[in-house]
Amino acid sequence: MKYLPRLLMALGIIGLLLLFFFPMWKIILYAPQYPDGVEMHIYIDKIGGNSPGVLQNVNILNHYVGMKYIDPDAIPELQYFPYIIGALILLGAGALLWNRAPGYLIWTLLLIILGTIGMYDFYLWEYDYGHNLSPTAPIKIPGASFQPPLLGTKDILNFVAKSLPHIGGYGYGLAILMGGSAWWTRKKQ
Amino acid sequence: MKQHHVFSTLKLMAATILGIGLLSGCSQSAGNGGNSAALADDVASQVYVPPGEYDEFYAFMSGGFSGQVSVYGLPSGRMLKVIPVFSLDAEKGYGFNEETKPMLETSHGFIPWDDAHHPELSQTNGETDGRWLFINGNNTPRIARIDLTTFETAEIIEIPNSGGNHSSPFTTENTEYVVAGTRFGVPYPQQDVAIDSYAEKFKGTLSFISVDPEEGEMDLAFQVLLPAYDYDLAHSGKGKSHGWTFFTTYNTEEKSTLLEVNASQNDKDFIAAINWKKAEEYIAQGKFQEIPAQYAHNTYNEHTHMATSEMKETVRVLLPEECPGLVYFLPTPKSPHGVDVDPTGEYIVGNGKLSADMAVHSFSKVLEAIENESFETIIDGIPVLKYDEILAGIVEKPGLGPLHTEFDGKGNAYTTYFISSEIVKWKVETQEVLDRVPTYYSVGHLMIPGGDSRKPDGKYMVALNKITKDRYLPTGPELTHSAQLYDISGEKMKMLLDFPTIGEPHYAQGIAASKVMPNSKKFYPIEENEHPYRTLGEKDTRVERDGNIVHVYMTTIRSHFAPDNIEGIKVGDKVYFHVTNLEQDWDVPHGLAIMGANNAELLIMPGQTETLLWEPDRVGVYPFYCTDFCSALHQEMQGYVRVSPQSSDIELSWRLGEDEPVQ
Ligand SMILES: [Cu+2]
Repeated sequence: MKYLPRLLMALGIIGLLLLFFFPMWKIILYAPQYPDGVEMHIYIDKIGGNSPGVLQNVNILNHYVGMKYIDPDAIPELQYFPYIIGALILLGAGALLWNRAPGYLIWTLLLIILGTIGMYDFYLWEYDYGHNLSPTAPIKIPGASFQPPLLGTKDILNFVAKSLPHIGGYGYGLAILMGGSAWWTRKKQ
Repeated sequence: MKQHHVFSTLKLMAATILGIGLLSGCSQSAGNGGNSAALADDVASQVYVPPGEYDEFYAFMSGGFSGQVSVYGLPSGRMLKVIPVFSLDAEKGYGFNEETKPMLETSHGFIPWDDAHHPELSQTNGETDGRWLFINGNNTPRIARIDLTTFETAEIIEIPNSGGNHSSPFTTENTEYVVAGTRFGVPYPQQDVAIDSYAEKFKGTLSFISVDPEEGEMDLAFQVLLPAYDYDLAHSGKGKSHGWTFFTTYNTEEKSTLLEVNASQNDKDFIAAINWKKAEEYIAQGKFQEIPAQYAHNTYNEHTHMATSEMKETVRVLLPEECPGLVYFLPTPKSPHGVDVDPTGEYIVGNGKLSADMAVHSFSKVLEAIENESFETIIDGIPVLKYDEILAGIVEKPGLGPLHTEFDGKGNAYTTYFISSEIVKWKVETQEVLDRVPTYYSVGHLMIPGGDSRKPDGKYMVALNKITKDRYLPTGPELTHSAQLYDISGEKMKMLLDFPTIGEPHYAQGIAASKVMPNSKKFYPIEENEHPYRTLGEKDTRVERDGNIVHVYMTTIRSHFAPDNIEGIKVGDKVYFHVTNLEQDWDVPHGLAIMGANNAELLIMPGQTETLLWEPDRVGVYPFYCTDFCSALHQEMQGYVRVSPQSSDIELSWRLGEDEPVQ
């Protein structure tokens, strides 16, 4: 299979392309009076949800305990993320054309490093929203943190919060997997 | 408990004896006692809808003299909503807020009440489609259309040349038309004449209101001018009789006084059969008279969240003398009330309320008689068919006082008997009586979901009763009206449930929840809000003065009004609070109540704008607050308006808090 590495790499690039169409992450809040859950979607360039009012509804819930208003315009990452992903796609295309094992390896490592930084950044934002509470909050609960989980499930007051990758996030994971596979298969040839 | 049971049994025995005394052959009508002791345990589980689960059917019941429509779930009998239609509803601000006031406009001005009788679901191919519900206003003749995505009244059209819009608004099988027949003969045109001139000067009109197939908008297409009989009820043909609508008549004696005697003399009255496809041809040929007539047409726009009222000026009238083949009279005993067409469209049941037997006409025979021009006589250009030639058969001595019939789609008909207080099941083709059950008490209409359509859901039947007496804990002289739910899936009808209703539910309609539920809106998207006084964010909130008119552009979101402090209002001002609910979540309405308002509250759905007029009559500082418990900080959702003397020069000012807003 002479073309296998390139094929795998192409799949990896498609994985990244998914980020332009689907959210990378979702945070879902469950409570009895929210039978469908409040599902917030984080895209590379915006924040949305499974229905139009989600961001507003999350902000309404948050303001009772004095959490900051989530304003997508105030999150610089949403401005430059699309460029980073775009650059990764271009680099991936270059590696595909070059078709050499080191090219695939470097690309894959780059994705892993940037992905780790991204997750750490996400954690910092979550920490900030969860701990940096307004002193005039209507409801104050001593010692409570409202930081959502980085990955997985956590109880926050009356809510169960779930944090999971969305399609775009899986696309990024796929890109890492495919880049690695391209490197491995190219090396074997 | 014991005493109550004995008492009921005695009453029932009395009713039975009355039944036997009046009509032999009706002696089984008492059936079983129908009280809880007689109900088997499994009955409870048949109507039990566990917490958090949904009913299988929606039932829409007319509120009768409440003027509204109530929505129930079946089989549980739980009430889900009261939809304001023809009457003011302070609870929802309907008819009180500026947006809905035009809905109740008529050629007689603003009318705050009506008598709502017959809900009718829209149909496609003879099957209920869950898009709209129509209902007639009886007193000041009108038809309303309710949108079943919002469960709100979307449109009301007034019917001219009518008095008592009772035979209405029964639909044709693709909702081409809903109809409106006048119950009372009235002078035509309306004029100052002696009541004694009834037979010469009075007329009856049957109106056909077209319904736009996409938007549902109604338009009075034409009226048919007929003798001044009382047009009591109607149903349109279906299947083979599609294209026809049938109206029952009483008072073919054309009397205007002591009708209980004078209008009960003829052995047979008529069912008026209107060939509305023929009417369309005559309209297309221009064979109508354009008659001056004033009637209001009110529509509610879901995007502006406002109603507008328009006055129409003319109506097209068809005269039977000039339009052969348009109308035929089918002789029917005696003062027939309901006219019901079976799902095949072949059998036309005339529920002759003063007749011992019940006549069932055959549509094929009607067509044949028309073909052969086999007429008994001709009245004002209207051929009267021969009774014997059009009869399919008679249901012999089924009960006393038949009013209405519905069908189960399995070849059976179910007819209510007011006097003998029972429902009788009979086979449509053979007119053979199969079963009977008592009702508590004196049933009027009955309802089987889809029971007047081509595709009935023959699982449940609801009896809508006129008399309640001892059915529930007493509540003084005025009692709720009772309804009973029956299982009709088997050979024998079985009573399952007894539940109270609002007003006087005349007719009802039922529909599978699956046809309605998926389309039910959760809120109004704020970006589609086109209200001229909308406020789309807190930064746009403001107060503007124009002479003594003050416009407050206000918003609500959990848990505050913006603005919530207003100064510079003066005694004698007309203050319009235009409140936009910025919420975009399901079930988060906010309300607005302000001290001294002479109207009602506002109850604003998410994404909606509503307007309350407040005319402060004295100096002071007055609180306002949210009336719908919206959140943990609902009790904090409040504000103040300062009212200064007329001569004061305090500037208008407004505010919300000191630091950053949520929105
Ligand atoms: Cu509120």
